[in-house]
Amino acid sequence: MTDTASRELPLQEIDEVIIRFAGDSGDGMQLTGDQFTSISAALGNDLSTLPEFPAEIRAPQGTLAGVSAFQVRISDFDITTPGDAPTVLVAMNPAALKAQLHNLAQGGALILNTDAFNDRNLEKAGYSSNPLDDGTLDDYRSYPVPMSQITRDAVAEHGVKPRDAERSKNFFALGLISWMYTRPVEPTLEFINTKFRGREQVINANTAAFKAGYNFGETAEIFEAHYEVKPAPLAPGEYTNVNGNTALAWGCVVAGQLARLPVFLGSYPITPASDILHEMSLKKNFGVRTFQAEDEIAAAASAVGAAFGGALAFTSTSGPGLALKGETLSLAVSLELPMVVLDIQRGGPSTGLPTKPEQADLMMAMYGRHSESPLPVVAPRSPADCFDIAIEASRIALKYRTPVIVLSDGYLANSSEPWLLPEVDELPDIGVDFATEFNGTNEDGDGIFLPYLRDPDTLARPWAIPGTPGLMHRVGGIEKEDGTGNISYEPENHQLMVDLRQAKIDGVDVPDVEVAGEADADLAVLGWGSTWGAIDAAAGRLRDDGHRVAHVHLRHLNPLPANLGDVLRRYRAVVCPEMNKGQLCDLVRAKYLIDVEHIGKIDGVPFTTGEVTAAVRKRLEELAGS
Amino acid sequence: MTDTSITPTTQPGDWASDQEVRWCPGCGDYSILTAMRMLMPSLGTEPHNTVFVSGIGCAARFPYYMNSYGVHGIHGRAPAIATGLAMARPDLDVWVIGGDGDMLSIGGNHLIHALRRNVKIKVLLFNNQIYGLTKGQFSPTSEIGKVTKSSPMGSLDAPFNPLAVALGAEASFVARTHDMDRQHMMDTFRRAHEHDGAAFVEVFQNCNVFNDGAFEGVTKKQNRDANLIPLAHGEPIRFGADGEFGVIDESGCARVVHTADVSTDELLTHDETKHDPSTAFMLARLARGPFEPTPIGVFRAVRRSEYAMASTRQLAAAQQKQGAADIAQLLRSRGTWYV
Repeated sequence: MTDTASRELPLQEIDEVIIRFAGDSGDGMQLTGDQFTSISAALGNDLSTLPEFPAEIRAPQGTLAGVSAFQVRISDFDITTPGDAPTVLVAMNPAALKAQLHNLAQGGALILNTDAFNDRNLEKAGYSSNPLDDGTLDDYRSYPVPMSQITRDAVAEHGVKPRDAERSKNFFALGLISWMYTRPVEPTLEFINTKFRGREQVINANTAAFKAGYNFGETAEIFEAHYEVKPAPLAPGEYTNVNGNTALAWGCVVAGQLARLPVFLGSYPITPASDILHEMSLKKNFGVRTFQAEDEIAAAASAVGAAFGGALAFTSTSGPGLALKGETLSLAVSLELPMVVLDIQRGGPSTGLPTKPEQADLMMAMYGRHSESPLPVVAPRSPADCFDIAIEASRIALKYRTPVIVLSDGYLANSSEPWLLPEVDELPDIGVDFATEFNGTNEDGDGIFLPYLRDPDTLARPWAIPGTPGLMHRVGGIEKEDGTGNISYEPENHQLMVDLRQAKIDGVDVPDVEVAGEADADLAVLGWGSTWGAIDAAAGRLRDDGHRVAHVHLRHLNPLPANLGDVLRRYRAVVCPEMNKGQLCDLVRAKYLIDVEHIGKIDGVPFTTGEVTAAVRKRLEELAGS
Repeated sequence: MTDTSITPTTQPGDWASDQEVRWCPGCGDYSILTAMRMLMPSLGTEPHNTVFVSGIGCAARFPYYMNSYGVHGIHGRAPAIATGLAMARPDLDVWVIGGDGDMLSIGGNHLIHALRRNVKIKVLLFNNQIYGLTKGQFSPTSEIGKVTKSSPMGSLDAPFNPLAVALGAEASFVARTHDMDRQHMMDTFRRAHEHDGAAFVEVFQNCNVFNDGAFEGVTKKQNRDANLIPLAHGEPIRFGADGEFGVIDESGCARVVHTADVSTDELLTHDETKHDPSTAFMLARLARGPFEPTPIGVFRAVRRSEYAMASTRQLAAAQQKQGAADIAQLLRSRGTWYV
């Protein structure tokens, strides 16, 4: 370090910061964001992340279509969302600036790689003049940094080809941000050594770039201060950082252990669900068999076959795939076999927005099969909750011998939060017994097996798996006679079976919904799935402002909690923010005749706390005025 | 071919379920069902370790009539259901039964992928060249020009050759038999059962209601000598009442000749174990339809890694490498910190 190293910049303590790293798809922004998250987690901050990547794998370099971003929020208090607007934007090129500037909070800090702002890149990003000096950035605090050049200089001594040298510039950016927010350097140096093990030149180049970035912050006289975010008062214990897809995959793997059953996953790759297939494929030591099927239908059908054979069967997909699986799920409803469908919802219709979240598959999950084909539907509320919901869905599937749909979405799938690890021995036992004995007698008094003789409490039928002597039986999609399961076209029998299938699902044991906030509040915000974080934070803000707001969040969507109607009737108004055109609203209105008001947003971006707050506040003001 | 070391523990009657068989009287499916029930005791398997899986169609009712485990699935998906079952339970005998519409039209995709993966399922395709259960539309194996309810001016669709499809899909076992010869069916099904991998058997099956006599040209007793070519491994391919006909390879095409016109070593010697499927393909395409000399028997039986077992080996290898299942370790696999 130079003589300026002695320069002492003030260290300011702040309660939170929201940083968005943005660059070209090939710039390594996800890696940078992930690593910053890891360091912050280890420091004890609460955090929440939101990656955002283009659907194209390698869109043309320097274009708006190719911009990849990663938002991370770190705080010294409890948070439930990745934050509405970043307070710091790191833009690696003009396209990143153009695509992301509108997100940046007023007066936010902009860290810009000035070397990338050449005529060619400006043109590709659609800038007619250079935003660095045309006044575009006047409302922000800009920190121009020649990142490419400094990175090239820093790595030069390691014999890296000039063409490759710039690839380390994301580590320069990480170094600079690490300095700004007083993150320790050792964890990142270790990370580089591990990540690029065996590639000495890459390790040296990235290490040099990272240190150069850190030192630049310390020595370049362009920053007024650096900052510190103290640890958050999280519950004591051991934490890990998980995103929703990983948590869901782990939940499925663990559910198999808790049920003492081999796990089978039939899946066809589809964004944003593929990572579940990837993660579960890595867990073969748990006896997990993953099957990459030829299509979505085969993925579901293979799960039906595995379930018949006695496995805990899963199939993972997104909306277009769920549509294709409809007929097979209807078969599973009819066969009354346990299986779990993981639907990671994305924007539609059709191919829609493959990398963006939406909550618009609710009606399809509820009713998207021919005829009367009821099945339970559950939805996780946060990335870590994906673990619990996979176990809960498995529990219901096994106990009631039914397919269950889990509705996650692209937001939960990829965003992450600290997760207080559960005690393994406190996880529920979700095991069920296979049938091994006759359960009836024929007219001669001989023992027989009745595959559709139901448990009087759960209405579940016995699960007798092939290999069990004496219990040979056939199941099929044709209507079955109650008890025997033989083909039956009798009118009364069909009515009975339709009613029984419905009664079984209606009778699934679902815990009562809990209300966050005052029981006698003026207004309740009803939500389901991934909106939990934004609603929770919005309700908190409104309460801080003196409003009386309750938050009612559903994890079980079919059947709905038994107390839901009574709970919602307590409030003068019920509003429901959903990333769809009002699907839960319609369900609740139809079932309870309660006038739930829809707050909609279908732009591929999760609700911000501010959006929910504003919409609810408006409704509260109307109530106050009425 | 018959394994005499197995002492049957069941009788054919033990394999019949209590369900009334409801195919049309005179349907070829009856003789296939009888052949299967008669074969089963000699295979050394038990009803409780056997599963019949089917899709939709007349043939797909088959599982209801066997006193084993059974799944009557949805149209076309039987190979996919069976794949999941065979992967989850490599210990079971899994048979897949379907018709030409089920397996080659709506389920064509699942069939070819099950065959290429070589998962241990035994696929019997009852080919009657017509849609029976929907009452008589042309099927993907119907001949061009077929007049049916949905093709009053004749079908425009060129048919699939089921064996050629299976060979093209890299099936490791490919055979053909017909519903008029119980012993041949039993022999062929036995070979399919013994095969360690996916086995595909086309069964010429008569639909006496909507497509009666479709295969008579080759399967009727008086036509068999002239038009059925029984394939026998290691033997020169000859047929006819006195072996007066044979098959030669003429520049990559199979051609029927009078044996008197060629020397014996010019005749094709059948080799079902040949890894290159070209000869099997050539034989599969020898007849343009069931009205001229048509080979039956095992076309191809080669060894290839079986899918479910390969999957099991991966599980074992993963356990060896990563250790046994440990939930606590899994949850910590991405690093943790303490608060």
